[in-house]
Amino acid sequence: MIGGEVCLHLLKKVVQESPADQTEAVFLTEDSSLTRFADSTIHQHVAERNQTLILRVVLEKRITVVTTNMLRISSVKNLIQKAIALARAQRPNEEFISLPEPKPIPEINTFSIDIGHLTPSSKVKMIKNVFSLAKGKGFRASGAFSNGEVEMAVVNSLGVEAYQRYSDLLFHLIVKNGEGTGYASFVSRDPSQLNIESLTEEAMGKASKGEPIQIEPGEYEVILEPYAVNELLSFLGYLGFHALAVQEGRSFFCNGFGKKMVDEKVTIYDDGLDPEGLQVPFDFEGVPKKKVTFFEKGVAREVTYDSFTAGREGKGSTGHGLIAPNTAGPIPINLFMKEGHSSLEAMIRSVRKGVYVTRFHYTNVVEPMRAVITGMTRDGTFLIEEGEIKRPIKNLRFTESILKAFSRVSAISKDRRACSEGTVYSRRFVTGTVAPAIKLDGFNFSGVSTL
Amino acid sequence: MKNLINHILDLAKLKRVDYADIRIVHREDEEIDVKNGNVDAFTRDEDFGFGIRVLIHGAWGFACSSRVTKKEMETVFGKALKIAKASAKVKGKEILFPPARPAIDKYQTQFSTDPLSVSPETKLSLLLKCDEIMRRNKKVKISEAFGGSYKTEKTFASTEGSYIEQVIVECGAGIAATAIDRGEVQVRSYPSSFRGNFATKGYEWIGELDLQDQAERVAEEATQLLTAKPCPSKFTTLILDSSQLALQIHESVGHPIELDRILGTEASYAGTSFLKPDRVGHFRYGSNLVNIVADATHPGGLGTFGYDDEGIKAQRVSIISHGILVNLLTSRETAHHLGNESNGTMRADGWNRIPLIRMTNINLEPGEWTLEGMIADTEEGLFLTTNRSWSIDDKRINFQFGTEIGWEIKHGKLGEMVKNPTYTGITPKFWNSCDAIANRDQWQMWGTPNCGKGEPGQVAHVGHGTAPARFRNVQVGVMK
Repeated sequence: MIGGEVCLHLLKKVVQESPADQTEAVFLTEDSSLTRFADSTIHQHVAERNQTLILRVVLEKRITVVTTNMLRISSVKNLIQKAIALARAQRPNEEFISLPEPKPIPEINTFSIDIGHLTPSSKVKMIKNVFSLAKGKGFRASGAFSNGEVEMAVVNSLGVEAYQRYSDLLFHLIVKNGEGTGYASFVSRDPSQLNIESLTEEAMGKASKGEPIQIEPGEYEVILEPYAVNELLSFLGYLGFHALAVQEGRSFFCNGFGKKMVDEKVTIYDDGLDPEGLQVPFDFEGVPKKKVTFFEKGVAREVTYDSFTAGREGKGSTGHGLIAPNTAGPIPINLFMKEGHSSLEAMIRSVRKGVYVTRFHYTNVVEPMRAVITGMTRDGTFLIEEGEIKRPIKNLRFTESILKAFSRVSAISKDRRACSEGTVYSRRFVTGTVAPAIKLDGFNFSGVSTL
Repeated sequence: MKNLINHILDLAKLKRVDYADIRIVHREDEEIDVKNGNVDAFTRDEDFGFGIRVLIHGAWGFACSSRVTKKEMETVFGKALKIAKASAKVKGKEILFPPARPAIDKYQTQFSTDPLSVSPETKLSLLLKCDEIMRRNKKVKISEAFGGSYKTEKTFASTEGSYIEQVIVECGAGIAATAIDRGEVQVRSYPSSFRGNFATKGYEWIGELDLQDQAERVAEEATQLLTAKPCPSKFTTLILDSSQLALQIHESVGHPIELDRILGTEASYAGTSFLKPDRVGHFRYGSNLVNIVADATHPGGLGTFGYDDEGIKAQRVSIISHGILVNLLTSRETAHHLGNESNGTMRADGWNRIPLIRMTNINLEPGEWTLEGMIADTEEGLFLTTNRSWSIDDKRINFQFGTEIGWEIKHGKLGEMVKNPTYTGITPKFWNSCDAIANRDQWQMWGTPNCGKGEPGQVAHVGHGTAPARFRNVQVGVMK
């Protein structure tokens, strides 16, 4: 780790060197490790150290972003010159107003010193424990154990100066028993919260219920575990909860603000400061995070903004800028669904005939304006009959409007958990969604996975 | 740099590792997004670093860093060694890593014009012109044009004596028009969705795409979709254009034939496969017409290279022959499950990732039909083009695709346009229903620059050569 003082000093020098009208420099460092296992064998164990400078220059409203991980002084000077040259080649973007002005950043601890105690040997020992527990029941385990330390610093020529140090740990596990599989996962900034035994028990519990049978697709009552709810919330965030989608007329929120769109039990918001989630005090533009409520008791309320989308409407950013240039929009990354009053057990007891879903797989958008998505169930799908989980079933394909599904929420659990897929293909920056389990009175399964 | 590499490999030999390799990768990317007359994004990205892979006591260790110095290389080698030794304590199954003949070679993509050397003004001028043409259509609310240029220089060296230098140059471009009216959103893209078509070629490729000539049609079709009738729900004959068929191949053939996935090493993330190694040689994957090759040597393919990231030379291998599965995508570590040597498909997404089995160019060989002949020969069905969404289960059996646009086929002729088309099926059943494939004149390569796999996540650039093809009795219109 480089430390806040050095990071900010470096960025201030870069910004001072820039002749552009406005300049923003973001510095990301990563020191991470990932151990992967399959069929109770460690087959991959990797470590990475990287640092990246992202420079955004604005020259008469012409904007360029250049990125490098080659941090010699001559490289940085070249980077600035390159950015200026590329900006000069462009036409002005009149919709751009300004990079953000500085605002006070909340002081939050997002780093645990314990993350540094995870060594290759200690991680292998913990994974060995998983293998032993699984072997005790004749099961095999697959999964990944990833831990990282990340620094993020933002400086701009208007006076923004922000630095934060993050730790994160992700552990996810699939236990296999014949054709049956069970899933459990954990994410936290604090590795001391990881309880390998209970996580393994959770996954093994799902895989212990016998061989899956096939049921006919159709509409069923469903219980969705938090992992599955996380998937639906993330799609809502991507499709419609942000200002760019609304401004471009492609959000399901268009013409919907103030109207009841889903069940009144549903409240969904983004809050980077809530300690139940993976806290993030400021965004990639150095703007402090504001809580933004998308659905309040089922009514469409507000969306997230970064500086560009906020500038278009003469508003302030809500602190949801992603890494520049962010063409996807200020997608929320700290989603929450408000808890309810039920227990998971009570929800199951209330189902006459339905499907219990642990998680979804490979979901994708079918119709954005109705938030229709399709995907498969995976690693723990069960038939519920007369209030009891009877047996595992073969994976089902669903094709359903999330808005329609959330209009049929009949119960929400009081317990919630943080869920995360980590950072899938980009730079490491782990956040998470805090989701409860929910019961839906109807959910459309359109196919079944079978040869 | 060669001295640094040799120093680390000598160190590895001194430590008596079973095997070690080092890759030093320098990557330069440029991407331009134009939207509604503005430059939405103009980025240049430079990335440099090295990764060291060590095999000792039958277990792997990998470590990497962006600081390319002698001291850092020594530290990173030490870390990789430590990781491998720790993993060896619970490695489970022994890793078999047969030796390979060392290669000392250089490879470079053939091109006329380096896309990174073309001026930003030239690139912007083309993209802004396409954008402007699309926006002439007043129902088009979002007009987009994209251009990307990429250059990867990598050096691979191993304790076996390999020393391979490669320069891979890629570029691509595409346009898209989004028409919006009264809550209806419809998109048309060209030449393909999700940013266009990509190839290992120089900037001359962008000219071949004829983006400007297609912009007006793209905008018009997006507008027409707003009032088109919904895709009917039924079982019918389906004709897919080659761009959609490319993704169908990708998801329902390319991924299931990855031997690492078959052996379970992707179980925790992307999933496994319905295939097993013992199905090779007799499993009927598709009809007699279906012939699929993995061809890393096809000129211009986005999955074309000289050597994979284990030092194995690029190859062309048959995967499905007359409908029968005859081979899989393999690596040095996995090929022995088939009694073979690696067919050279291990690629890593940069210096900071380990190589995985990745698709190369997975191509459906052409048939003897024409698209026009296929339509004329179809009494009733649908013709679908340009992917809009995709989904497939974790064993690659049950898939569902959506396309941007479709047309009904009635009595051998294209009929009314349909919107929001979807189709779904079961992989081998679908490929066995293929009864016509268009000929080489209508066969073309499609580059997929966003193939995801692995943890930490990796994106591979892969290719698919296809011609339009026909499939019988397919379920369409999944979501009414």
